[in-house]
Amino acid sequence: MDKNPFSLTGRHVLVTGASSGIGRAIAVESSRAGARVTVLGRDQNRLAQTLSALEGDGHEMNALDLNHADALERMVLGLDGVDGVVHAAGITRTAPAKFISQDDFQEIMSVNVQAPMELTRQLLQHKKINKAASLVFISSVVGGIMPYKGQGVYAASKGALSAYAKVLALELSARKIRANSISPAMVRTRLLDSVNIDAATLDADEQRYPLGYGTPEDVAWAAVYLLSDASRWMTGSNLVIDGGVTLT
Amino acid sequence: MDVNEFVNAFAAEFEETDPSEFTAGTSFKDLGEWSSLTSLSVISMIKLKYGVIVSGLDVNKCTTVADVFALVKKSNG
Ligand SMILES: NC(=O)c1ccc[n+]([C@@H]2O[C@H](COP(=O)([O-])OP(=O)(O)OC[C@H]3O[C@@H](n4cnc5c(N)ncnc54)[C@H](OP(=O)(O)O)[C@@H]3O)[C@@H](O)[C@H]2O)c1
Repeated sequence: MDKNPFSLTGRHVLVTGASSGIGRAIAVESSRAGARVTVLGRDQNRLAQTLSALEGDGHEMNALDLNHADALERMVLGLDGVDGVVHAAGITRTAPAKFISQDDFQEIMSVNVQAPMELTRQLLQHKKINKAASLVFISSVVGGIMPYKGQGVYAASKGALSAYAKVLALELSARKIRANSISPAMVRTRLLDSVNIDAATLDADEQRYPLGYGTPEDVAWAAVYLLSDASRWMTGSNLVIDGGVTLT
Repeated sequence: MDVNEFVNAFAAEFEETDPSEFTAGTSFKDLGEWSSLTSLSVISMIKLKYGVIVSGLDVNKCTTVADVFALVKKSNG
C-alpha cells in the first residue's frame, strides 16, 4: 500500500521558536505525524517542556538565541541533515509610525528577518538541507494583507519574510527543495502580551472573525501539510489561514 | 513630574485639536480626534518620556488628562 502522503515518518524537522505558542504546536504536531524533531528556543525550561510533549523517540533540543551567530553555527554544524525547517521564532512591539525607534526596528528585524535568512544560509553552506526538503516560514497576515495600527515594523518584517521565501523557492527548486510561508491571522499566544492590548479589545477584535481567533494547532496542521509530500507541488506560496477575517 | 508638562506632552499627540483646548481637566475621550491611533500615540509617548508602560484599557478607564497623569505617577512609583 502507498504511504500516507501526509505522514512525516522518517523525516527530520528543525523548528525554531519551539519553546512557545505556534512553534511549540508545530513541533508537537510534527512529532505526532511521525517526524523526528529538533526544537530550538531561548528559554531552557519552556523548551524542555516542548521536548517532553513530543511523541516518539530521537527528538533533541538546543536552547540558543538565534541572533548569536556563533551559537547558531555550532548548532548547525552538530545537526543531522534536515528534511524540513520551520521558522516560527518571532517578536513584535507596538508603536505608531511616529514612535518607531531604531531599537524597535533593529530588534524586530533581527529576529523576524535576519535570523531565518542567516539560519538558511548556514544550513545551505554546511549542506544540511536534504534533497526534497520543505522550508516553512511563519509570516503573518499583517505582512501586507491585513494591517494593524502600531505594527509598522512587524508588518515590514513579515512582508520581507514572505518575499524572501519566494526567492528561496526559485533558487532551490532544482534540488526539489520547497519554500513556502504561512500567514496566520490572530492566535492567542504569549506574543499578544508584547502587543499590549487588553482582553476586552481582543474580544471585540475576535468578533470580526467569522470563525473566531485561531489556535496554535490550527497553524501547526497547515505547517505539517507543507512539510509533507501532500504539498509536493506547492512552492513559493503564501498560505493565508485566518478564520475568514480577510473576507469581511 | 509636573502636570502641566504632562498636559503639553499629551496635547502634542493630537494633530488637529488645538493645544490650547487641553487642561488637566479635559475629558479627552470626548474630543473628535480621540481614536485607537491617538491612544497608541499617547501610550508610546508615556513609554518614551516617562519609562512607564500603560495599557489601552488603563487609558480608556480614565476620564480626564489628570487621570492619565495619576496613572503614570502611580506606575512610576
Ligand atoms: N500569535 C499570533 O497571533 C500570530 C499571528 C501571525 C503570525 N505569528 C507568528 O508566529 C510565530 C510564533 O509566534 P507565537 O505567537 O507562537 O509567539 P510566542 O508564543 O511569543 O513564541 C515566540 C517564539 O520565538 C522565540 N524567540 C523569540 N526571539 C528569539 C530569539 N532571539 N532567538 C531564539 N528564539 C526566539 C521564543 O523563544 P523563547 O520563548 O524561548 O524566548 C518563542 O519560542 C512568530 O513568527 C509570529 O510572528 C503569530
